[in-house]
Amino acid sequence: MAFLDSPKIVSSRAKFADSHTLARYLETGGYEGLRKALTMFPEQVAAEVDAASLLGRGGAGFPAGRKWSMLRKSPVSYLVVNGDESEPATFKDHYLVERDPHQLVEGVIIAAYALQVTQAFIYLRGEFALGLERVQQAINEAYEHGALGRKIFGSSFSLDLVVHPGAGAYICGEETALIEALEGKRGFPRIKPPFFPAVTGLYGEPTVVNNVETMSNMPWIVLNGGAAFAALGGGRSAGTRLFALSGRVRNPGVFEIEMVKNTFRDLIYDPQLGGGVIDDRAIKAIIPGGVSAPWFGPELLDLPLGQDEVAEKGSMLGSGSIVVMDETTCVVRATWRIIKFFSRESCGQCTPCREGSGWLERIMYRLEHGGGRIEDVDLLLDLCDNIAPGLTWPPQQTTICVLGPSMPSSINAAISMFRDDFYAHVQHGGCPHD
Amino acid sequence: MTDQTRTTVSITLNGRAVEAQPGELLIEAAEHAGVYIPRFCYHPRMEPVGVCRMCLVEVDGPRGATLQPACYIRVNDGMSVNTESDKVKKAQDGVLEFLLANHPLDCPVCDKGGECPLQDQSLAHGSGETRFVEEKRHFVKPIEIGELVLLDRERCIQCSRCTRFAAEVAGDAQIDFAGRGDLIEVAPSPTVPFDSIFSGNTVQICPVGALTAKAYRFTARPWDLEQVESTCTACAVGCRIAVQSSGNRLTRVLGVDSDPVNRGWLCDKGRFTLDAVDGNPELTDPLDPRSRITEPLVRRDGELVTTSWSEALRAAATILRDAAANPGGVGAIGGAALTNEGAFAWERFVRGVLASEHLDAQYGDGLDATLIQALPKATIDEAANAATVVTLTGDLREELPVLFLRLRPRIVSGKTNLIEFAAGPSALRRHARVALPVRPGDVDQVAEALANGTAPHALGLDEFELTTAHNLLGDTGSGVVFVVGRANLAEQSTVVEAAIRRLAARYPDATFLPALRRGNVMGALDMGLAPRLRPGRGFDASASGRDALAQLDAMIAGDQRALLLLGGCLLGNVADAKHATAALERASVVAVTGHGGATLAYADVVLPATVQHERSGTVTNLEGRVSAVTAKVGAPGSAWSDVTIVAELAEEFGQRLGLDSIELTAKAIEETTGYPALSVLNDATSDGVVVGRAAHYERRALDPMAFPGLRSTDTVGLASHGGDTVTLDATGRGSSVAATLADVTAAPVAVPPTDAYALRVFAGRRLYDRGIAVRGSTALDNLVATTTVALNHFDLDRLGAVPGDVVTVRTERGAVALPVALDDQVARGVASVAVGTRAADGTDVLASLFDRDAVITQIRLETR
Amino acid sequence: MTHFRTDLRQRAVELVSLYPRARSAMLPLLHLAQEQDGYVTDDAMAEIAELTGTTPAEVRGTAAFYDMFHLEPVGKYVVGVCTNIACLLAGGEDLLAHASATLGCSVGGTSADGLFTLEETECLADCNIAPVVQVNHRYVRTTTPELFDALVDDLRHGRLDHDVPPHGTLIRIRRSGGLRVDPEELAGERAEARAAREARAATEAK
Ligand SMILES: Cc1cc2nc3c(=O)[nH]c(=O)nc-3n(C[C@H](O)[C@H](O)[C@H](O)COP(=O)(O)O)c2cc1C
Ligand code: SF4
Ligand code: FES
Repeated sequence: MAFLDSPKIVSSRAKFADSHTLARYLETGGYEGLRKALTMFPEQVAAEVDAASLLGRGGAGFPAGRKWSMLRKSPVSYLVVNGDESEPATFKDHYLVERDPHQLVEGVIIAAYALQVTQAFIYLRGEFALGLERVQQAINEAYEHGALGRKIFGSSFSLDLVVHPGAGAYICGEETALIEALEGKRGFPRIKPPFFPAVTGLYGEPTVVNNVETMSNMPWIVLNGGAAFAALGGGRSAGTRLFALSGRVRNPGVFEIEMVKNTFRDLIYDPQLGGGVIDDRAIKAIIPGGVSAPWFGPELLDLPLGQDEVAEKGSMLGSGSIVVMDETTCVVRATWRIIKFFSRESCGQCTPCREGSGWLERIMYRLEHGGGRIEDVDLLLDLCDNIAPGLTWPPQQTTICVLGPSMPSSINAAISMFRDDFYAHVQHGGCPHD
Repeated sequence: MTDQTRTTVSITLNGRAVEAQPGELLIEAAEHAGVYIPRFCYHPRMEPVGVCRMCLVEVDGPRGATLQPACYIRVNDGMSVNTESDKVKKAQDGVLEFLLANHPLDCPVCDKGGECPLQDQSLAHGSGETRFVEEKRHFVKPIEIGELVLLDRERCIQCSRCTRFAAEVAGDAQIDFAGRGDLIEVAPSPTVPFDSIFSGNTVQICPVGALTAKAYRFTARPWDLEQVESTCTACAVGCRIAVQSSGNRLTRVLGVDSDPVNRGWLCDKGRFTLDAVDGNPELTDPLDPRSRITEPLVRRDGELVTTSWSEALRAAATILRDAAANPGGVGAIGGAALTNEGAFAWERFVRGVLASEHLDAQYGDGLDATLIQALPKATIDEAANAATVVTLTGDLREELPVLFLRLRPRIVSGKTNLIEFAAGPSALRRHARVALPVRPGDVDQVAEALANGTAPHALGLDEFELTTAHNLLGDTGSGVVFVVGRANLAEQSTVVEAAIRRLAARYPDATFLPALRRGNVMGALDMGLAPRLRPGRGFDASASGRDALAQLDAMIAGDQRALLLLGGCLLGNVADAKHATAALERASVVAVTGHGGATLAYADVVLPATVQHERSGTVTNLEGRVSAVTAKVGAPGSAWSDVTIVAELAEEFGQRLGLDSIELTAKAIEETTGYPALSVLNDATSDGVVVGRAAHYERRALDPMAFPGLRSTDTVGLASHGGDTVTLDATGRGSSVAATLADVTAAPVAVPPTDAYALRVFAGRRLYDRGIAVRGSTALDNLVATTTVALNHFDLDRLGAVPGDVVTVRTERGAVALPVALDDQVARGVASVAVGTRAADGTDVLASLFDRDAVITQIRLETR
Repeated sequence: MTHFRTDLRQRAVELVSLYPRARSAMLPLLHLAQEQDGYVTDDAMAEIAELTGTTPAEVRGTAAFYDMFHLEPVGKYVVGVCTNIACLLAGGEDLLAHASATLGCSVGGTSADGLFTLEETECLADCNIAPVVQVNHRYVRTTTPELFDALVDDLRHGRLDHDVPPHGTLIRIRRSGGLRVDPEELAGERAEARAAREARAATEAK
């Protein structure tokens, strides 16, 4: 049975239709976290976040407190919030920016205070027109309310916050590409080293990049203390988390549940959550953390929803999106569509990613639509190996960023789990499901 | 414990301990250790980006060995690297296979076929078999992205060399990547074509056949090409080049990676004017600058007619001898297009045979030769690395393009402070620490203000800016390089000469880089082609002679009866062509030239000479570097080298100068003056030597991946020639000594009062002008700009005009109609008119405005 | 003469002022250009180059990287149908095919009346109502062929004009005011605040 008693930390206002308004926000404790934070030392605020063991919610799962403390030595110049959310089947940040924009804005101000920056940016995916308007509205209201601008709430802290629209490119979610886009350039990820924007970020200056959901946790953490947050969840995976569930389930959606205490099965089957598979069919496979993650078979459904627990089984919780494929699903078609996505979204800098993605996509297309050859299956794996040598998890890289090495995951998973399906496509001269 | 004396780090390369320079790129450290790592995007003259991923090697790190791009990773002590493991091989083979997947493999019809890095590495590393059975990516075949360059997008491997060159090196991103993923393509904007004056460099560094030069397309296959190394004489920078021909036809010029000079880069004028060398064989009118002079000509019954050498020499000798019979009756103008050997021979002839001191390699459009010789000199490298650079020049990108490229990087990064004397536009303006607005005529006053740190109000200088600039120069100018030229042709040279002299006297520790523009002008002056100068940078204070403008005056006055024209086109080079025409009409003219031109309308004898790429010898660039030029093709018709012409002409006077060949002349220069010549001539594939400086250099081995198309290391890209130090030997100079500032006569010049409604003219130069090289080259001729009169927006508003309006430009001399343009880089009160641009009605605008007797040129503009 | 209309030029200048460096305003300015003309015209690119201190080639290169920017004219409504994984599992491909038939244009094409441009999109992050459809970047909650046809009918008859502005109009909420914080001004204030906090910490420690 799912464990659903934990507090709603970022989705508490979901029950209100006007959850995005300032009035509702103030009525439900809005900006109290910020007021409290301003009475604390910036270092104390950061210490609470550290104590919360909040792992970044953008995909890589890097502890937010650690990221901030890496910067103690040199002052941070900019705080940038990553709201580019384009990982397929991930839709939790979208939910947050539309439903609770003030919570995000407050979180950003608190983080900015902890980091002592005076200008912050929220980079929002361009396709979120409504989200962009709501966040802009919230920012306008926050200025009006005294929560932004000069001498916030009469304190000595001042901050400007600017919302920056993206324009349709998945790669801009990668933090260095996002910074390039914020500098007005093409979203080409920057070559590493330097490994972190914390060293050389926006305009070459130290910059913290955090995800929308990561930021949205701040008001609660400050109000309730880092320890209260850390007490939730288990192991390294503290707190609650938004999971975006989609695919062949009855009740797809965004659910905030406690980490580790719940399993994939809980999320998919609990009547208050996913409500089970459509037509009660059997699950064929799930994608546990975004399309970059290797797939799991039904035998792993009882795995707890925890970062380390999933990593141990050779995949990742990533962006917290879970896609359910049932027995009606053609895995070849699913894989082809995922590869098509990567091929469209490769930024085009690195040869293996740019050319590899297109080549893989074309082979997958042939397999699915007719013209596949038996040898294509091993060719796929060998090409994947040239992009992510060894096909290990986490992947090794021949490229600048991890988009390239992410694409072999689904091909490798699909072939190792369902090789016969591929052969069936070859024999059938196309998709047997059609 | 650190070893203070140790300057290298130690790395393990394929199990072997190897020393490397700290911070060196792994790809270079490995190469120095004899391990070649394949690459595409890497280019030694640009910042590494690590995008093609061809250079992946295994580097040990905290998480075990990982694949890293050797072109981007810098070595550090103790690093362990494997470039040969199976994993490395598989990764590299994988990248190559990916690159070829969408590549059209059309090598047989590709210009790059036979000299293509992609082709070469495929042969070296590729499996030869393709596993790619899919339809390839298709683009419409070659598109013209500019006047000179074609792009075949199917062949592009997205290495970004060209786009990086445009943005990073040239500083003008007229091309950029467009699109995303495997649809990414190089593209100009829809509104501005890729007509950068540096566009040819992108063709040269493209590692595949994606970018090709229209001029070279399909003209030759690489294996038919023969090549020599030479020096470009399109301007005074003297870029090192490889000149290639197919048989006796010039086909291509490529930049050589000369560390002290051009680092592989060239401007498009240097690269694409080969067709001007050959001339258009269909044109036989000697007055057409696009024609070659292939046979001697004499004037008979008012017409220039073909004749024999013996008759032409006799006629020339008669004219010169008759004129020389009267004191001051003969003089020579020109010579900056000669080799040092040619210049030396003519100098010996004029001074020794004609006994005339009236000779001048410049056309009144440069600077006083004595001043140039007296200044303490800087090299290009020193200017490029100076703490502070001060420019008293026009737009360096237009005047001396590759000098601009060399100065740019440190100025852009803020490591070098740039102070500009700013009258007209400049491509470096936005990177200048201080731009001092200078109205024509005021330059000496501004120099004085700079030296004092204060200025009279009337100069309109910003106090803060002036103080900043003043402080940057320090007390003695140590670490400061002044780049000095003749920015404004509508202003007498004395104005700027006074300023330069003042600065030289005020800042004894500063050095100067003369920014004279014409090809071998420095060599011609060093060979004594100016009053009071002597071969080998000598100076004779007791002598006195006429410079070019004084000679023209003397011709008008009837004192000088004959003029020996050493190449070039006098009318195209003097600012006041009306003045020159009046002079030519009154004198007999013997012209020695390779090309036709309007001036020949006044010539009585024309002697055909060889031009660049047809003759060998040495030349001297603006920093005083002597390097070799090499003949690649034979001259057309019966043109002779200048050395031969001098020898034969001297015979007519019954004299033997002993300068019968290039080699003998070079030997004579070196032996009698100590000036480097024969040693450089014998070492044609070196970067030459700077006069008076120790020459220690090591040229990198040719990297065919970085400079595809350069033929072989036999002729290009030699290893060290270091060690030969050439210093001037005073004893070799006979009685002459070097010029000093005290010998310079330039004194402050009074500028006549200007009327409040007038603007002062700034007449700067453009790279693409109406000179012989550009006019003879169809492609470049299309790029010559139309003449405009450019004002900043204050003056434009005051005039009540908007850009594009045609206005009447009026001086005392006359009036012309020109469209106005807006350019806020033009100083207030100044009207900027580019020399040599194309006026709609074909008039020579400068000649219609500029009077050689005026200190500055004032105009009034009237809207119509 | 600018290409941007007077009011939009004013907004363009405001946008530039929100960033420490002008080039950062590139994407907002391209959106603005699209708001004016429905797509990014050549003239707009030239003006954006001037506003951002870049070259027209760089503006074009940057614009062409992003899917939302169109460099050629498009319909008044750009209809996007997602076929990525969650939508694929919910019949996104069929809906796209249906949309193509209804609008009478291929994917990437524009309907004969010039009203609609149809696009196949990547995941639009609304996977709980798959397959997802957007019109001019507004979510229209249209998951079945029937709903799609009704949507097209509504759009044709202007019944959705309030929810779906013409293509290019992205953010209808204007930012109220420019930046308020001048980092230079702040230095002294910050030092004071720090000193005050430290003094307080010292007393608290006692
Ligand atoms: C290809 C790629 C796409 C990414 N997309 C997103 C995204 O849409 N949103 C996000 O927050 N992080 C994304 N990330 C992760 C970011 O690079 C970065 O780790 C994250 O924004 C940091 O925030 P966090 O520490 O709060 O998680 C992406 C990473 C990669 C490699
Ligand atoms: S791996 Fe792909 S997306 Fe990432 S930088 Fe390289 S080409 Fe771009
Ligand atoms: S990545 Fe190193 S040469 Fe291209």
